[in-house]
Amino acid sequence: MSIDPSVAIQAGRIDLAAEIAAIETEGAFGAMGGLVTFSGYCRDEGGRLKALELEHYPGMAERELAKVAGLAAERWPLLACRAVHRHGLILPGEEIVFVGCASAHRTAAFEAASFLMDFLKTRAPFWKREHLVDGTIGGWVEAKASDDQAAARWEAS
Amino acid sequence: MKLVYFAWVRERIGTDHEEVELPTGVVTVSDLLHWLKGRGENYAHALQAPEVIRVAIDQEHVSHSEPIAGASEIALFPPMTGG
Repeated sequence: MSIDPSVAIQAGRIDLAAEIAAIETEGAFGAMGGLVTFSGYCRDEGGRLKALELEHYPGMAERELAKVAGLAAERWPLLACRAVHRHGLILPGEEIVFVGCASAHRTAAFEAASFLMDFLKTRAPFWKREHLVDGTIGGWVEAKASDDQAAARWEAS
Repeated sequence: MKLVYFAWVRERIGTDHEEVELPTGVVTVSDLLHWLKGRGENYAHALQAPEVIRVAIDQEHVSHSEPIAGASEIALFPPMTGG
């Protein structure tokens, strides 16, 4: 019986300390031996970017995030799993996404967190657009083939 | 049937959603993309390379060969760039 992951889509900042505290509570009771977290941040791209705008498909974004987290929880013996993704305008230095996976041993926690990020990037309906420091709205960020390859490696193994 | 568009598909078509009456003969996602492409310059611009367009029926990812009968909402969007 796998655990029920917690996922959220929100415009506001992600409280990373609160996310970790929630995982410690959910995965605690002495069973948790390792917690792997990943936080993805908005880069300024060498000073070129004022912000990233994250568009999402409300409803489907939550469903896909829950589905991907559920796949991770089925595949690895997780004690807790949380994923949060932001939408709207995000400034350089701010977090865009958080995933945290706790398990009795580190390997499952590392692999599940990595899988979750790889699958989220190719399945969750979010699109990034650049807002430039000169005030103009730049182009949409193009999807990378390397992201598809990163997701595909979990199919093969 | 309700169609919803996101990111540059939405911008190029010029609306984020619309209701359409599908002609008979539009059976699959692929048929839908080709029919839409012929509806005007904005659609032709958005769907000039239909093979790159991702599609969700009632918020589930589907392939272009999926039948669309019974769908209440079909979403068209570019490859995703979240995370």
